[in-house]
Amino acid sequence: MIEFQDASMGYGGGKLFSDVSLDLKPGSFHFLTGPSGAGKTTFLKLCYLELVPTDGRVAIFGQDSRKMSRDDVAVARRRIGVVHQDCRFLDHLPMSENILLPLTVAGRDTAPEMGNLEELLAWVGLSAQADALPPELSGGERQRAALARAVIMAPDVIVADEPTGNVDWDMSLRLLSLLVELNKMGKSVVVATHDMNLIRQAKAQTQTRVLRIRDRTVQQAEVDL
Amino acid sequence: MSLQTIIMGDPRADRVVPPTGFTANLTVFAAAAMAFLAVFAMALSFASGRLADRWESELAQSSTIRISAPADQMVAQTEAALRVLDQTPGVASARVLSEAEQQALLTPWFGPDLPVANLPIPQLIEVIEEGAGYDAEGLRLRLQGEVPGAVLDDHTRWRKPLVAAAERLRTLGVFSIALIAATTGVIITLAAGAALAANAQIIDALRLIGARDVYIARAFVRRFTLRTLIGAAAGTAFAMAAIAVLPPAGGEGGFLTGLGFRGVEWFWPLVVPPLAAFVSFWATRTAALRRLKQVT
Ligand SMILES: Nc1ncnc2c1ncn2[C@@H]1O[C@H](COP(=O)(O)OP(=O)(O)O)[C@@H](O)[C@H]1O
Ligand SMILES: [Mg+2]
Repeated sequence: MIEFQDASMGYGGGKLFSDVSLDLKPGSFHFLTGPSGAGKTTFLKLCYLELVPTDGRVAIFGQDSRKMSRDDVAVARRRIGVVHQDCRFLDHLPMSENILLPLTVAGRDTAPEMGNLEELLAWVGLSAQADALPPELSGGERQRAALARAVIMAPDVIVADEPTGNVDWDMSLRLLSLLVELNKMGKSVVVATHDMNLIRQAKAQTQTRVLRIRDRTVQQAEVDL
Repeated sequence: MSLQTIIMGDPRADRVVPPTGFTANLTVFAAAAMAFLAVFAMALSFASGRLADRWESELAQSSTIRISAPADQMVAQTEAALRVLDQTPGVASARVLSEAEQQALLTPWFGPDLPVANLPIPQLIEVIEEGAGYDAEGLRLRLQGEVPGAVLDDHTRWRKPLVAAAERLRTLGVFSIALIAATTGVIITLAAGAALAANAQIIDALRLIGARDVYIARAFVRRFTLRTLIGAAAGTAFAMAAIAVLPPAGGEGGFLTGLGFRGVEWFWPLVVPPLAAFVSFWATRTAALRRLKQVT
């Protein structure tokens, strides 16, 4: 589904990681860990096509990311739900419209999705905030809204960049259970985090793998934490 | 990006870019001003074109031969000149002006009581050309040889520069319209560039959730095209009204009173708003797609 083949990545000077070969399979649940600045966000950007590797190849849904046209990229992104570190909402639109936005930009009619939206809002616990503007929401609410937006298109892959970065532990558990639920529905999930407690919690709920960025490479953590 | 989607629009797609009141009004105003100028340049072109045509047709067909000779030779020289003219190809007819006609020509300068007969006034012969006209230099040389007192005044000495000036004016008018169109393109490009820069974060976010370039571009293109169309329509209407109420051209309608449109010419200003919208469409689309290339 997302395949790294001898992929290397760096910005200008040194490499963040080299010769990474991985295959994130459908239905898998991966955590990506590593200290701050190790390149977790960079790795995820390779997954959702914001970056292409400096060497080697990253294939998304079987397509070499370097050979995709801009429209190919747009279409592939509709199959990847991303929860960004900074959420990236359109601040002038209410939450409900923000969550529906992936459908809107894909040119799909949102009218038949309203029931879906209500369910989704209830699922992330934001039914009361449907008409609020993004700046009016708390950090945790924004993270949950970002998750709702990431799944509205029923994507094949969910990518979340430190989704529990600025929320308390209870909220972290809530978000985690949402991600686990999605994984059980058959979605592949990739979560960058440096929160080991979260990973331990996840392992108790579902089968997960842990990727660790260390020594300029991305390794599968052999031993359980 | 079909014209239909531009006109009908997709209200949801429009909402992805926040409204910008002030710059929107500036765009409308600039489009209105440019359309107003374009319509005036058009009127100027038509007026100078008409003037050039009229001068050319009025003057090109006639010329004058002036015979200044001692009274006893006047009749003989006039007859000699008529004979020469009769043999000159390109001359349709030649007519000796009567005393009354000559007096009528002089009246504006000397008053009605001028005793023409007692004054050494030259005899005038009006020459009407046909086809491409006659060879003025050839005729002048022949007259010099055969009718010493004859001077050919074929008007070309002053007519040509006037017609050329009027034609130049028409060309300048057309050139001005092209400049106005180009300037409109520049203004819209700058305004669209500013709008794109102001909304850079929104564009990023839209790309990341799977928006294609044309989708994002369309939100801007539609806005600027509509604003330009509205502004240009208002400017055009205003300019047409202003031209319509100019004092009507009298019988001797000179250049100033002749400024305006006649008959089907009134159709041409109506081309301005769609043309402005088209310029705006391309300017915004080009600016948007170029900008989007910098976004992943
Ligand atoms: N656009 C960029 N240009 C240059 N350097 C960058 C850029 N983005 C990130 N970096 C650098 O790459 C390293 C990894 O960044 P990042 O992937 O954000 O790490 P993490 O998410 O693990 O904290 C950091 O040292 C960061 O400064
Ligand atoms: Mg990061």
